[in-house]
Amino acid sequence: MKHKNHRAAYNKILAKQSANSFFDELHRPLNKSTGFKEADQCLYCYDAPCIQACPTSIDIPTFIHQIKTANVMGAAHTILKENIMGGTCARACPTEVLCEQACVLNDDAGKPVKIGLLQRFAVDHLMAKDASHPFKRAAQTGRTIAVIGAGPAGLSFAHRTAVLGHDIHIYESRDKAGGLNEYGLAAYKMVDDFAAKEVEFILDIGGIDIFYGTSLEQDLSLNDLQEKYDAIFIGIGLGGTNDLGLDGEAMSGITDAIDFIEDLRQTDDLSSLELGQNIIVIGGGNTAIDAAVQAKKLGSPNVALVYRRGESQMGATAFEVELARKNGIAVHLWSKPITLHGKNSIAAITFEHTTIKNGKLTGTGEAYILDCDMLLKAIGQKLDGTNLQGLATKDGKLVISENYQTSNKKIFAGGDCVLSGEDLTVQAVEDGKQAAIAMDIWLRDN
Amino acid sequence: MADLKCTIAGIKSINPFWLASAPPTDKYVNVVRAFEAGWAGVVWKTLGEDPPVINMSSRYGVHFNSARDVIGINNIELISDRPLDINLQEIRQVRDEWPDRVIIGSMMAPIDERAWKELAIKIAEAGVHGIELNLGCPHGMCERGMGSSIGQVPEMIERTTRWVREAVDIPVFTKLTPNITNILWGAEAAKAGGAHAVSLINTVNSVISVDLDAMAPTPTVDGKGSHGGYCGTAVKPIALHMVAEIARNPETSDIHISAIGGIENWRDAAEFISLGANGLQVCTAAMLYGFRIVDDMIDGLSNFMDEKGYKTIDDFRGLAIKNTLDWNELNINFDTKAVINQDSCIECGRCHIACEDTSHQAITFDVSADGKRSFSVINDDCVGCNLCAIICPVPDCIEMQPVKNDLPYLTWPQHPKNAIRDID
Repeated sequence: MKHKNHRAAYNKILAKQSANSFFDELHRPLNKSTGFKEADQCLYCYDAPCIQACPTSIDIPTFIHQIKTANVMGAAHTILKENIMGGTCARACPTEVLCEQACVLNDDAGKPVKIGLLQRFAVDHLMAKDASHPFKRAAQTGRTIAVIGAGPAGLSFAHRTAVLGHDIHIYESRDKAGGLNEYGLAAYKMVDDFAAKEVEFILDIGGIDIFYGTSLEQDLSLNDLQEKYDAIFIGIGLGGTNDLGLDGEAMSGITDAIDFIEDLRQTDDLSSLELGQNIIVIGGGNTAIDAAVQAKKLGSPNVALVYRRGESQMGATAFEVELARKNGIAVHLWSKPITLHGKNSIAAITFEHTTIKNGKLTGTGEAYILDCDMLLKAIGQKLDGTNLQGLATKDGKLVISENYQTSNKKIFAGGDCVLSGEDLTVQAVEDGKQAAIAMDIWLRDN
Repeated sequence: MADLKCTIAGIKSINPFWLASAPPTDKYVNVVRAFEAGWAGVVWKTLGEDPPVINMSSRYGVHFNSARDVIGINNIELISDRPLDINLQEIRQVRDEWPDRVIIGSMMAPIDERAWKELAIKIAEAGVHGIELNLGCPHGMCERGMGSSIGQVPEMIERTTRWVREAVDIPVFTKLTPNITNILWGAEAAKAGGAHAVSLINTVNSVISVDLDAMAPTPTVDGKGSHGGYCGTAVKPIALHMVAEIARNPETSDIHISAIGGIENWRDAAEFISLGANGLQVCTAAMLYGFRIVDDMIDGLSNFMDEKGYKTIDDFRGLAIKNTLDWNELNINFDTKAVINQDSCIECGRCHIACEDTSHQAITFDVSADGKRSFSVINDDCVGCNLCAIICPVPDCIEMQPVKNDLPYLTWPQHPKNAIRDID
C-alpha cells in the first residue's frame, strides 16, 4: 500500500465508515418551511413545458399544486404513478437540462422552480410514512415474466407489470438490486442507503421475486427462459467498458471509474480503498465527474479530469463540471492520452492537445505529461453481448421496436442496453414502464 | 415633501395613521412604543365598567394563503381585562408625556343611559381627545347585550351616540359593525345621534377555519370554538365599499370617516383617503409585523403624494367618490380588450386555460416547430372581463386596452333593449 503515509490522516476519518455515513448530501433537502415556499413559486402552467421535458412525463404542475395545498401524499402519488423511482430521479436527474431547463420562470425570474427538490420532498414524505404501498395490483393474469437485471429499467418494468397483474421473476447477477442506483451513482447523491430503501419500496407491490447471483452471461439461457416464461424483459444495462486502446492498459493503478465508484459505494471501510495521490480521470460524462469528486472528497490531494473535447461537448452538465471545479479538480480540455508511462503500475501519462480539423477531432502535435498513480477510465460503457443469442444490435445496443420488442417478439428490452434516449436513470425507468405497458398488450394476444 | 397632517372631527393629527382599539393599544407600554415608532394616535383598547372582563386563553385564528402569508386573522378576545382606574391613569400619563399625539377612548356599556354617561365622563376626564363608541364587537360582548348587538339596531346606535354627546363635550366617534345588510342605516343613525365621525369597519363575523383533527373551529378553546371577528387584508374590500357608500350618500357625506379594515400599507391608506376617509386606523398589520410598519406607511404615502403633486391629504381626499357609481350609471357602450405583450409572455398558458375553461374561449395558442408557444386574443370573442390580466403572473404582460368605438355614454336605464328604460 504505497499511499499509506499520505492517507494516514484521512484513514483515521475513513476507518470503519461506509460511503453512506461518510459523504454529505450534495443538495440540502427542502423542509416544511422551504418546501411549501418553493411550491408556491410554481405558476401551475397549463400544458406545461416541464412535463414535456421529463422523460417519464410526470405531471409536475399538478404535483407541485398538491404540495401547495398540503396534499403531499397526493403529490407523491402523482409522481410515482409515472415514475416509480421518483425518489432516485429527484436526487440524480440532471434536472438542469430536463424539467428545470424548461421551466417558464427561467424567462421571468431568471431561475426555475426547484422541481427536483420538490419531487424529493413529496416522495420522501411518502416513503417516510409507514403507509401501505400506494398502488394496487390488478387481478392476477396467471402470466409469469422473466426479467434480466434488477436495475432501474428492470425494476420499473417489474413494478408496472406487477401492477398489471402479472408475476415477475427477476434474475440479477449481483447480490443487491438497484443497478447503477446502488453501484454507480455518486455516493453524495444517494446518501442513507436510499437505493436499497427504494428497491424495498418497489417490491412492496408484491408479485416480484428476485434471484440474486444469476447472470445472463454465466447462468441463464434465453432459450430456456423462453420455454419457462410467457415473456422476457432484458434490462442488463451496459456491462462492458471501453478501452483507451493504448499500450500498458493492464498496468496496476488503472481502473474503470465505474468500478472505483462501485468499490467505494459497497465497502464498509473506506480506509481500505486504493486511492492515488495523483489521480487522473479520463472522460467527460457524469460518471467521470462522480468519480473525480468522490476521489477528492476521500482525500486525494491531486485529482485531474481530462477530456478530449471542449466543455460544451461534455456529457456532464454545466452544473456537474462546476461541481468538479468547486471541489478543486483541475479540468483539462482538448487533450487525449497518447502514452501510458510506468513499469508495473501507472506513473505518468502523456497527453496530446486536440482540435477540430475539417469536422474531425485530431491531435495538434503538442504534448504534455501529467504525473499519475491512479488512472480512472470513464470513457463510456458498452453492451456485453454474451449469451444474447443473436438478438439484433445496432451501434452497440439492442435494437427494439416502438413497442420495446427486440428482434425476438417474446423478448422485450429497455434501459441503457437499448437505444432509446440518454443513458439516464430516468430514461431507464421510462423504458421499463413503457415496455411493461406494451408487453401487457402483447400478452393479451399471445 | 407632502404634508401628512390631517384633522378629523376637529382633532389635529400629525399624520393620518392611528392604531385601532385592539390588543396593540391595551396599555401604557404598547402605546408608548407605538408613539416612539411614529404613530400619530391610538384608540385605546375598549374600556368597560368594572369589574373587568375575563379573557379566554387561545384567542386568535388565522387564514393563510398557500405561501403561509396571513390573509386575515380572527379573534375572540373581549374588551380590556384590566381595571378601569389603571387604564385611565395610564391614559393620563401618556397624554402628559406625548402632547402632540392623539388618544381616543373607546368604550362600551350595557343599554343603560346612566352607565354610558358615567363611563364616558370618567374617560373624558382622563384627558382623551375624543370618545369612540364600540358598537361592533361581534363576539362575546354582544352575548351580553353590548357591541354588535347595539350596532345592529339603528335606533340603539342613535340613542347611545346621543347619550355620549350629552355627557361630554369632546368629539364623538361611533364605530360601526359591518355585520349588517346596509351600512348607511348605521351611519345615518350615528349622524342623527350627533356623532362627529364614524369609525368603520369593525371586524367581520366569521369562523376562520376548522381544525380537522379536533373537528372544531379555530381558535380552539379546550376542544371547542366560537365565531370571532375577522380582520386583516382580506376584509379591506368590504371596508372600502362601506366607506364609499357613506362618503357618496348625500345624507352622510358630511360626517367624518375614520377608516378601518385591512390597511397594511400606504397604498391601502391612499385608497381609503381617495374614497373620503379623513383618518385611518390600523391594527392587524401592526400585529403581524410590529409598529415599525408605520415608517413605510408615512414614507410611501408622502412619495405617492409628491409624485402626483398632492401637497396635503385634502388635495386628493375623496377624489374617487365621484367615480364610484351604481351599476346602472355605468357606460354599457364601453369596450375593452385584452392585449398580450409577446415580448414579456413566458408561455405559462394560464390565460388560455382560464379563458378556455371559465370565460369566453377567447385566447388561443400556436406551437411552433421548436416548441415555442404563442398566445393570442380572439378579439371578437373577448368580452373584456379582465380575468386573463388578473391571473397572468407577469406584471403588465396582458394589458386591457379600451376600444375606440365612438359610441355615446349609454346606461342600462337608457338602453334600447331595456323594456322599462327611461324615456327622455
